[in-house]
Amino acid sequence: MLFDRTLMDLDLDPADRAFRDEVRAFFTENTPDAFKARVRAGMRLEPHEFVAWQKLLHARGWGAPSWPKEYGGTGWTPTQLYIFESEASLADAPVQYHQGLELIGPIIFTFGNAEQKARYLPRILSSDDWWCQGYSEPNAGSDLASLSTRAVRDGDCYVVDGQKMWTSYAQVANRMFCLVRTDPEGRKQAGISLLLLDIDMPGVSIRPIITMDEIHHTNEVFLDNVRVPAANLIGEEGQGWGYGKVLLDRERGVTAATTMRLRQQLRGARAAAAQARTSQGALLDDPVTADRLAQLEIEVIALEGMVMRTMAEAASGKDSGPRASMIKVRWSELLQEVTEFWVETMGYDAAAFGPIGNGAPTEPWPMMGMLYSRVTSIYGGANEIQRNIIARRALGL
Amino acid sequence: MNFELTDEQRLLQDSVQRFARDHYDFSAWRARTGRGVGFDRGLWKQMADLGWLSLTAPEEDGGLGGSPVDTMVIMEGVGRALMLEPFVASTVFAPTLLPRLAGSERTELIAAAMAGTAVVTLADAEPDGRFDLAAVSTRAERTAAGFRLTGEKSHALDGAEADWFVVPARTSGEGAEEAGITLFLVARDAPGLAVHAIRAMDHRRNASLSLDGVEVSAGAVIGEVGQGFGLARHAVDLAIVARLAEAVGAMEAAYEQTLQHLKTRKQFGQAIGSFQALQHRAVDMAIACEEARSMTYLATIAVSSSDPARRQTIAAAKARVGQTSLYVARQAVQLHGGMGFSDELAIGHYLKRLVMIDLAFGNAAEHRRQFAAARAA
Ligand SMILES: Cc1cc2nc3c(=O)[nH]c(=O)nc-3n(C[C@H](O)[C@H](O)[C@H](O)COP(=O)(O)OP(=O)(O)OC[C@H]3O[C@@H](n4cnc5c(N)ncnc54)[C@H](O)[C@@H]3O)c2cc1C
Ligand SMILES: Cc1cc2nc3c(=O)[nH]c(=O)nc-3n(C[C@H](O)[C@H](O)[C@H](O)COP(=O)(O)OP(=O)(O)OC[C@H]3O[C@@H](n4cnc5c(N)ncnc54)[C@H](O)[C@@H]3O)c2cc1C
Repeated sequence: MLFDRTLMDLDLDPADRAFRDEVRAFFTENTPDAFKARVRAGMRLEPHEFVAWQKLLHARGWGAPSWPKEYGGTGWTPTQLYIFESEASLADAPVQYHQGLELIGPIIFTFGNAEQKARYLPRILSSDDWWCQGYSEPNAGSDLASLSTRAVRDGDCYVVDGQKMWTSYAQVANRMFCLVRTDPEGRKQAGISLLLLDIDMPGVSIRPIITMDEIHHTNEVFLDNVRVPAANLIGEEGQGWGYGKVLLDRERGVTAATTMRLRQQLRGARAAAAQARTSQGALLDDPVTADRLAQLEIEVIALEGMVMRTMAEAASGKDSGPRASMIKVRWSELLQEVTEFWVETMGYDAAAFGPIGNGAPTEPWPMMGMLYSRVTSIYGGANEIQRNIIARRALGL
Repeated sequence: MNFELTDEQRLLQDSVQRFARDHYDFSAWRARTGRGVGFDRGLWKQMADLGWLSLTAPEEDGGLGGSPVDTMVIMEGVGRALMLEPFVASTVFAPTLLPRLAGSERTELIAAAMAGTAVVTLADAEPDGRFDLAAVSTRAERTAAGFRLTGEKSHALDGAEADWFVVPARTSGEGAEEAGITLFLVARDAPGLAVHAIRAMDHRRNASLSLDGVEVSAGAVIGEVGQGFGLARHAVDLAIVARLAEAVGAMEAAYEQTLQHLKTRKQFGQAIGSFQALQHRAVDMAIACEEARSMTYLATIAVSSSDPARRQTIAAAKARVGQTSLYVARQAVQLHGGMGFSDELAIGHYLKRLVMIDLAFGNAAEHRRQFAAARAA
C-alpha cells in the first residue's frame, strides 16, 4: 500500500536502504504512544513534549537533520532527509519545533559571529534554549517591512520600544529573535535590523492570545525600554530584512518537510472512515466516500512529487524558483481539506469537543487539528501573499 | 411568489434584533462561555415572556400556531448572535411532538415548554446508524405497565440541559426499516437512563444517551405505536429548516464583519479591500450568502407544504447551505488574517457554529445522498 511505505523505496541504493532501516527502528522504538493520536491529527505537541523529543533526537546525534556537520548537524543528503521525514511520518513521530532549529539557527550559522555561534547553536540542538520569532506587529502582518518597533543605539546597548504580535510560544521561550527598526529614514526595508533578546530582560512583558482551537499557542509581546546589548545584533545594522528574507524562504522550506506529514492525516481519515458505521455498513465502503479519499490521496502524491524535485534541486544547488511558495500554498490547502474530511467522517462523534464540568475527558484531536489547519494558510506569509510573490517574482506579472 | 415577511413577522424580527443588541453582545457571550456555563436561564425566561417559545405551539394548547417562517425569523437572530439557548428543542421539537403525546400530561408539558421551564429534545441518531433516522436498534419491549427501553443514542441536540428526551425505539421490525419505530417521552431522571453531557466546539451542550431497561408508561408514547418514523422525519425536517435560518444569520454576520474589516484594515499603505484578489473573494462570499438565503426560503416554504418534491428541496437546501456557509466562514477567517484565528473575535466562533450546523442531522455529503435517493424514489 502506497501510503504505508516510503515513495522512494523503489530506487534506494543499499546504503540508503540500511539508513532507512536504522531510522525506522529508531522511530518505532522511541515514538511515545502518548504523542501519536495528536501528531496524526496534525496538532502541535505541548512545549515540554517538543523539548523531550528534541533531546531524544539530539542524544541520538540527529538533533539537526538539515544542518551542516560543522555546527552539529547530520550533514545528510536530500535522500536521507527525505527518508528521515517520511519514516517519521510513517511512525506518527512529531515534527521538531522549527523556530530555533530551522529559522534562527541557520541565520546564526550563516550571518552570526563566532561568539554568537558558540553561544547559541549548541543550546538550540540540545533544546536548552527555546527561541520565539518576533516579527509580526499589530500593523505589520502581511506588510512586514512596515514594522515600527524601534531600536535606538545608546552606548553599548540598543534600547528597544514597541509591540510584537502573534509571537508563538513566547510564554515558554527564553529567547526571542526580533526584527526592529534601527533607521526610520529611507526605504522601509533598509532600516531593519535583527536583534536577539532574552525574554527575562527588564521591559519585556507577555499577554497570551487564545486561538480558535482553544489553545494558548501565541502571544502579544510588549517591549518597553528594553536594553539589549549591541553584541546581540546579528550581522550588520540595517541588513536585517535581507537575513529575514533568507529565513522566510527557509520557513517555506520547512513546509516541505511538513508536507510529508499529510500522509498521517490521510491515514487518520481513512481509519476514521473505516470505523464509522452507516446503516449500509462501513462508511469507507461507500463509493462516494472512497472517491473523495482517493482524490485527496492523489493530490498529496502530486505535492510530494513537487517536494522531491525541490529537495533534489537543493542538493545540486539549483534554484527551485517559486516552488517553495507553491508547496506552502498547496500543503496548507490540502491539510485543511484532509482534516475537514476526517472530521466529516466522524459523524456525531465530532460533536464531542470538551467535557462539561468534571465530566469524562474527551480526545477531540481531529477537530482541533481541523481548526488549527485554518491558520496554516495565514501564518508564515498568507496564501494570498504567497500567490502575489509567485506572480511577481516568477511569472513576471 | 411572495418572499416578503408579514408586518407581525417584521415586528418579531425587530424584537429579536433588539434583544440581541441588549443582551447578547459578543463580549457578554465570551464571558459566559468562558465561565463554562450553558444557556442562560434568566434570558430564556425573558425570551419566553416575549412569546418566542409559544410562537409555533398549537393554538388549542395556548400557543400562537405560527409557521416555519416565524421560526425562521427567530433562528436568523439566533445565528447572528450565536445564541446558546435551546430554540430548536422549544420551537420545533416540543410543539411538533408533544401534542401527539398519549398521556394526560401533554397540556401541562406544552405549557411548561412555552414557559421555558421544560426543555424537550429529540435523540435523533444511533452509533451504528450515522444520520439515518430509520436506523433504530434501541428496543422497546412491552411490559405490564407500558414499555422497557434499551439501547444507545449518539446525539441529542442541547441534550445536556434537556429535561425530557423523545426517544425513537423499535416496537417491531429491524435494521433501518421505517415501520415499527415508536417515539417515547423519557424524563431525564428516569431510572436506567444515563445522560452523557458533552460540549461541542460551538459551546452548545449536547448529549448522548444510554438506556438500560428504562421503564415508561403507555402514556409516554408519542403518536401511534410502530408509526413514529413519519413524525420524527417531520420534526427533523422542521429542525433542519430552522437550523438553515440559523446558518444564514451566522454566515451573513461573518460576511458583514469581513466586509467591514476589508474596508478598515490597512496593509501596504491601503485598505486591504483595495486588493483585487480580496475583492473577488468578498464577491464570492456575497454570492454564497444570496444562494444560502434563497435555498433557505425554498426549504422553509416547502417543509409544511404537500409538494411531492418536499424532501428533495430540504435535502438540497441542507447540502447547499452547508457548503456555502462553510465557504463564507472559512474565507471570513482567512481575510481577517491572524485576528480571524483568534478566540477573541466572533469570526472563528461563526465558523465553529457553522461546522456544527452542517453536521446536524447529516452534513452536505449525507444530504446529496438523500437528494439522489429522493429523486430515484
Ligand atoms: C497562531 C499564529 C501564530 C503566529 N506565529 C507567529 C510568530 O511566531 N512570529 C511572528 O512573527 N508572526 C507569527 N504569526 C503572524 C502571521 O505571520 C501573520 O498573522 C500573517 O503574516 C498575516 O498577517 P496579519 O495577521 O496581520 O493579516 P493581514 O496582513 O492583515 O492580512 C489580512 C488578509 O489580507 C490579505 N492580504 C494582505 N495583503 C494583501 C495583498 N497585498 N494582496 C492580497 N491579499 C492581501 C491576507 O492574505 C489576509 O487574508 C502568527 C499568526 C498566528 C495566527
Ligand atoms: C462569443 C462572443 C460573443 C460576443 N458578443 C458580443 C456582442 O454581441 N456585443 C459586444 O459588444 N461584445 C461582444 N463580445 C465581446 C465581449 O464582450 C468581450 O470579449 C469581453 O468584454 C471581454 O473583452 P476582451 O475579449 O477584449 O478581453 P479583455 O478585456 O482583454 O480581457 C481578457 C481577460 O482579462 C480579464 N480582465 C480584464 N480586465 C480586468 C480587470 N480590470 N480585472 C480583472 N480581470 C480583468 C478578463 O476578465 C478576461 O479574462 C463577444 C465575445 C465573444 C467571445
